[in-house]
Amino acid sequence: MAEDIKKSEYLVEVKNLKEYFPVKTGFFKTTPLKAVDGVSFNIKPGETLGLVGESGCGKTTVGRTLLHLYKPTGGEFYFDGELVTEKNIHQLRKQMQMVFQDPYSSLDPRMTVEDIIGEPLDVFKLYDSKGDRHDKIMDLMQLVGLNAEHATRYAHEFSGGQRQRIGIARALAVNPRFIICDEPVSALDVSIQAQVINMFEEIQEKLGIAYLFIAHDLLVVHHISNRIAVMYLGKLVEIADADELNNNPIHPYTLSLLSAVPIPDPETARKSQRIILEGDVPSPMHMPSGCPFRTRCRYATEQCAQAMPELTSRGGDHMVACFNR
Amino acid sequence: MDMQNLKKNPFSLQIDPAKFEKATDDEKRQQDVMAESTTFFKDGMRRLFHNPLAVMAMIILAILIVVMIVAPMVVPYSYEEIITVEGVRDKAATNLAPFEFSQREQAFMEKYNVSVFPHIMGTDELGRDYFIRVVYGARVSLIVGVFASLMVLLIGTLYGAVSGYAGGKTDMIMMRIVDILYSLPDILIVILLAVVFKQTLDFSNIPIIGKLGTNMVSMFLVFGLLYWVGMARIVRGEILTIKENEYILAAKSVGASPAHIVWSHIIPNCLSVIIIMTAQEIPAAIFTESYLSFIGLGVALPMPSLGSLANAARSGMQSYPWKLVFPAVAIILIVLSFNLIGDAMRDAFDPKLKK
Repeated sequence: MAEDIKKSEYLVEVKNLKEYFPVKTGFFKTTPLKAVDGVSFNIKPGETLGLVGESGCGKTTVGRTLLHLYKPTGGEFYFDGELVTEKNIHQLRKQMQMVFQDPYSSLDPRMTVEDIIGEPLDVFKLYDSKGDRHDKIMDLMQLVGLNAEHATRYAHEFSGGQRQRIGIARALAVNPRFIICDEPVSALDVSIQAQVINMFEEIQEKLGIAYLFIAHDLLVVHHISNRIAVMYLGKLVEIADADELNNNPIHPYTLSLLSAVPIPDPETARKSQRIILEGDVPSPMHMPSGCPFRTRCRYATEQCAQAMPELTSRGGDHMVACFNR
Repeated sequence: MDMQNLKKNPFSLQIDPAKFEKATDDEKRQQDVMAESTTFFKDGMRRLFHNPLAVMAMIILAILIVVMIVAPMVVPYSYEEIITVEGVRDKAATNLAPFEFSQREQAFMEKYNVSVFPHIMGTDELGRDYFIRVVYGARVSLIVGVFASLMVLLIGTLYGAVSGYAGGKTDMIMMRIVDILYSLPDILIVILLAVVFKQTLDFSNIPIIGKLGTNMVSMFLVFGLLYWVGMARIVRGEILTIKENEYILAAKSVGASPAHIVWSHIIPNCLSVIIIMTAQEIPAAIFTESYLSFIGLGVALPMPSLGSLANAARSGMQSYPWKLVFPAVAIILIVLSFNLIGDAMRDAFDPKLKK
């Protein structure tokens, strides 16, 4: 019985996901670069989980590892109760798709829009005839707000926002239930960002797709996400409902991230205190012992150097990995 | 308007919305001005045809090719036929200067009051029409050049694509093989292989290929076996950069197979490099063919080649200089044209050189 409830509640279950890249450090020596080191989270159907963190903390790697674009080093990923392995990933790609960060390099410059969007259809043979393929592509283009006459054009003839729409249409082509959005708006202008994000929300409402929304802009993530996970050096440090995280951040790293969000009102901005982190992010090749954040944390104690704090509940769904707060 | 007034009454408030009307769909469409849809290939071709040197080279090459095709139909002599007058061998018709007729031919013309087709480039030491021999020699050179570079294209692209896409250890081993082949003195190997193939291979039983002659086929093989390494290196390098693009990752994430990725994403994106390399390979192959024929390892007699014609003319260089000049000029024109076209293609298709 317990199995059934679990299966129905979460679409995506990630347990202790690990991704280490071997890096040559000597002639025969390789050291693992721990890009993702034991990340666990769940996503319900139709829900959006925001994943934030600074550059190089492993956000993108999480997304790519879920789709087996990188072979995971360890951990388990259940999709709709089914363990994702090398064998069934091809079929599961019909249900999981990805939108890429850079709309300029993620579209083949030699292909027309119709062929780019049609590629997943071709791979899975999701049409009966040429006409059917064309109709499906037209529907997708309409869904993301592209005109029918754009179909024969090449990617370089579009603006960044339109290109990202093409990328989204490609991801939607197989009618997926889960889309990994890998910083889909960070390469766009602020005004275009808003359009694209609203489109993501509209599509979610229409089709009930779950998103893993990776970004480094907390405002954007807060806007679109139901829940937010904060990542630092390959580990999750805090995960909570979007509003809860915004109003009541607990982990010192989340605090500093939130304090860096620009405040539009100068009066409030003057009063608020900016937490400036000292030092740089440690290299993932030489991770500090214990908690990875302790080298820059003002609450750090002896204990932090000894062991990595586990994610523990601070009331409801609010999970934090910190000993001292 | 003074500043005070402007502050109280900003422009945005001075505008009366009632004076505006919504654009109709038709008017909106008029605003939707987009340049003609252009592909990378079309764009490159446009730039290629704007290069005067390239256009000149193409015209010269086109003229040469037309001459090569038409001349054997028009000229009544064959490349291996010694000139005959009224069915009798004209032994005096050797080493004639351009447009010169032998005494027998003149007598024949006067007798029947007809004109004999002129020897445009004179005749050779055996009394064969030199023009038609040069034309056939150029044909051989061009066929060798084109087929050899097609072989290079095929082997080099396949090898480079596999090596570049596989990466890792496979790439390492495949590229070390290329390095070894690269370090061999190629002229020496060409000569050795040409000699070996001449002795051991016999293609005369195979249709079409047999007609070309064992020598010519062995020449293709020699080129194919040696010169693909450069192409393989270039293609591999290109693929290494292309496969880092996110659209390759995107294709993987929609579940495309490696063969599909290589065929529909990687090859089209390095096509321009492949075309340019092939265009530059043709003159190199023609040059090597001429060189091999010059030292006597090329096509078999009586089939002429520009190189062997030049070699034969060497002995009589002081008495009959035109016999060296004609094949030499033909080699120069062909090689120079291909080189210019190759260079212009590189300029036209290289996005880094885009103005």
